[in-house]
Amino acid sequence: MRYLPLSDADRSEMLQIIGAGSIDELFKDVPEEARLTGPIHGLPMHASELAVERHMSALSRKNMVAGDVPFFLGCGAYRHHVPASVDHIIQRGEFLTSYTPYQPEIAQGTLQMMFEFQTQVARLLGCEVANASMYDGSTAMWEAIVMAHRITRRGKTIVSSGVHPHYVGVATTMAKFTEDDLRTALPGLTAEPDTERLLGAIDGETSAVVVQYPDILGRITDLTPIAEAAHAAGALLIAVVTEPVALGLIKSPGEMGADIVVGEGQSIGVGLQFGGPYVGLFACREKHVRQMPGRLAGETVDAEGKRGFVLTLSTREQHIRREKATSNICTSSVLCALAWTAHMTLLGEKGLRQLAALNHARAREAADRLAAIPGVRLVNDSFFNEFTLELPVEARPAVHAMVEKGVLGGVSLGRLYPGEDKLKNGLVIAVTETVTDEDIAALEAALKEVVR
Amino acid sequence: MTVNPSGWRPSTPANEQGEQQTVTGNRALMLEEPLIFEMDGDDATGVDFDQILPGTGRGTSEAGGAGPLRQPSAATSPSRGGFLAGLERTAAIGLPGLSEPEMVRHYTRLSRQNYAIDLGLFPLGSCTMKHNPRLNEKVARLPGFADVHPLQPQETVQGALEVINQLAFWLLDLTGMHGVAMSPKAGAHGELCGLLCIRAALEARGDKRAVVLVPESAHGTNPATAAFAGYRVENIPANAAGRVDLEALKARLGPDVAAVMITNPNTCGLFEPDMKAISDAVHAAGAFVYCDGANFNAIVGKVRPGDLGIDAMHINLHKTFSTPHGGGGPGSGPVVLSEALSPYGPLPFAAKYPDGGFRIVEEETAGDEHPGAFGRMVAFHGQMGMFTRALTYILSHGADGLAQVAEDAVLNANYVLRSLSDVLDAPFADAGPCMHEAIFSDKGFADGVSTIDLAKALIDEGFHPMTMYFPLVVHGAMLIEPTETESKASLDQFTMAIRAIAERARAGDQSLKAAPVHAPRRRLDETLAARKPVLSFKTPAPDGAENGAMTEVGGR
Repeated sequence: MRYLPLSDADRSEMLQIIGAGSIDELFKDVPEEARLTGPIHGLPMHASELAVERHMSALSRKNMVAGDVPFFLGCGAYRHHVPASVDHIIQRGEFLTSYTPYQPEIAQGTLQMMFEFQTQVARLLGCEVANASMYDGSTAMWEAIVMAHRITRRGKTIVSSGVHPHYVGVATTMAKFTEDDLRTALPGLTAEPDTERLLGAIDGETSAVVVQYPDILGRITDLTPIAEAAHAAGALLIAVVTEPVALGLIKSPGEMGADIVVGEGQSIGVGLQFGGPYVGLFACREKHVRQMPGRLAGETVDAEGKRGFVLTLSTREQHIRREKATSNICTSSVLCALAWTAHMTLLGEKGLRQLAALNHARAREAADRLAAIPGVRLVNDSFFNEFTLELPVEARPAVHAMVEKGVLGGVSLGRLYPGEDKLKNGLVIAVTETVTDEDIAALEAALKEVVR
Repeated sequence: MTVNPSGWRPSTPANEQGEQQTVTGNRALMLEEPLIFEMDGDDATGVDFDQILPGTGRGTSEAGGAGPLRQPSAATSPSRGGFLAGLERTAAIGLPGLSEPEMVRHYTRLSRQNYAIDLGLFPLGSCTMKHNPRLNEKVARLPGFADVHPLQPQETVQGALEVINQLAFWLLDLTGMHGVAMSPKAGAHGELCGLLCIRAALEARGDKRAVVLVPESAHGTNPATAAFAGYRVENIPANAAGRVDLEALKARLGPDVAAVMITNPNTCGLFEPDMKAISDAVHAAGAFVYCDGANFNAIVGKVRPGDLGIDAMHINLHKTFSTPHGGGGPGSGPVVLSEALSPYGPLPFAAKYPDGGFRIVEEETAGDEHPGAFGRMVAFHGQMGMFTRALTYILSHGADGLAQVAEDAVLNANYVLRSLSDVLDAPFADAGPCMHEAIFSDKGFADGVSTIDLAKALIDEGFHPMTMYFPLVVHGAMLIEPTETESKASLDQFTMAIRAIAERARAGDQSLKAAPVHAPRRRLDETLAARKPVLSFKTPAPDGAENGAMTEVGGR
């Protein structure tokens, strides 16, 4: 077996040194009746690298590849071009096959990278500090809600109707167990987000208001009045960003007064990968850092006075605090964070702004052409690279019909909000720099046919 | 080069040994590297974009503006503030950029300051740092897996759903369990999933229970997870043989206990021989057994947790099934469930239908197909990129290879145990063989020398330290897990190094306190880091101004 270096001769020699007559003697603590006597039933026997690759390649070909067709899906995962050098860096064995940097003397590579990532994330989101990443955007949002609960000692959270329904689903699941009081609502196919609803709902028992920016329908709204109203009531504003490329063009939530900003970092450096692994972004005000979940790299010096980095403030974490920890989280998404930080370092501010401008320009072009199709209405009057169309027909069958024409033409709101009649004609279209003129023309033609 | 306000300059380290200094601070292949914020990248970028041509929607990208566009038609006319709602970013963000050669060099130089499995033995107990096969990486990058969107119509992702379904069924075969939740993002997330299943099952029978019992030797995530899931945590003691004290456990069981969280093999590297009796007692008291599957590598293909009465167990794909640790994630933590808990597993999941097709069961169809689901734990379908790697690993090994994995892992650990038990105290060695990891204590070290000193000296010998001071039940614990992917020669070199250091520790060699001396950094001041946290780079104040970087962090 190619991954196992011991030979049979090694095994016998080692057993002899150990003083065991057979390998079974080493398993003697396992009750006899529980021990398996032969190879486990149901699995194949070992296979060559060639055979395994053949099998997995065949499975991979059963999927429609986003890059092979006109592709317009978003809603929390975005297809951007990732430079080849980014993937090269994350495949360096010293990053790929290293462990959590608990031994800082031999982990400065990961620790310095984390420190750079934290700084980039904090600056992009407009916050003072960021952690070294969470599992993904949806779990980061829930962690933000419970962090706000710890800070305000209040249990009511008002969630904007523009927050991704899967994110709301995660929070709703968790709130059932923690008995947090979540106030959620369904979005409407309107240009206006639900800012008025949020402002009306904030009261003295409110822990936090959660707003997605841009929201699930692609709408962009000024968070400043929401932040002011929340703060006036002693509550916090949590902003959720699922498309961080947008922040190359529009103001950060932190600049508008958000106290905790979380997000899905996938769109920078990390591929679509059918939903994971992704990289959760988490940033907040410095005064709240001791209530923050997750790992943090911090600067210090070594015994010779040289600058170095270590994992710090670990008294918040489970391996020290056990049941009193701020979260049970024991891992972050470091390799994805490395991809994020390497891509962001390639882009720089200049490249990020160009990338964002290109996305917005492409999306405007597409919106213009699609909204001109008879019967199709553009819901948004604001958007970055994603917008919602109201079709004259149900969008979900329309999406399937477009697949027949070889076009992956957006995410239907019927998929995200099944059974909601008022939303069933909604279609969310994301347009990134990867979309060509031909792709837009193909979508336009396909959509024209399916709405006829 | 600008320097960080901490005052450190790469060219001026004081060196006790009076070694010849270099003007760069570099020492041959040991290369110092500044932060990206200290490099001159304010207006640089390493990405070229296509020229955007006027009139086609590909307007010019000059100055980061949106570029000239066709006049919007009436259908797309914004009502206020333009399409960006008047929220255009104006202030600088502060993100430096590097050209591709500079970026590649920066991270390559950083990478060389890391220890890694690719460089040598990584004996972290309970972490299972085994070789990461490169075929896994190649497969995960096939466009059919890497370039597929989680919300694509299901008819376009049949291969992805088949991967999830196939892996799910093989995990069931390997564990002898009834159901599996694939979506948890990591081990601790899997623990949470398991406990939420237990809570949902209890609530479904109208049984409110408040307590979760956790052995003293458990991973910190166990009590943290139980608390996060809304339970009160109580410890159960270990007996002198390093196992759960069955009588003490039985005495504590009662109508308030929801679950017992056990690690098996446990964190002392020992199999719990009373596991079935523990399960029976827990079930008789109306509670459930959660098993922390962190140490599954010891028994994969040899024993099925389902045969031991376990109700829920997470499987760290990044441990047993070789997906890369990546410097601390991403992980993946599917949870296998007993028949009693399966009805409550989370959404979404991939199911195979009689027509041979695969479908995602999520909120829409859950009412008909999985009405007891406790809800959704993540936005999409879990760590697909890890599923492809784990499935590749399982296919490579097969049923025969996986049993060999467990056997070699246990053989290697016992070889280490035997090779060191005359120079290190092995508290449970008299009781018999260990499983996949060997535990030692600091008994016999001279005064003033501690476990950490031995561990740091191991760094100088070219090894990653073992897990230290865990589990808490062994004084100055050293937990060594070599894994099955180490050769005998590699183990011999490792034990030779550790024997030499152990002799120094017993003799009271105070020079151990200075270790490591050959690593990129000496011991780091963790107290300073925590007392005055510097968590992001702050642009240095102009010369002569007060150091502005160190700020006290409030909110204690």
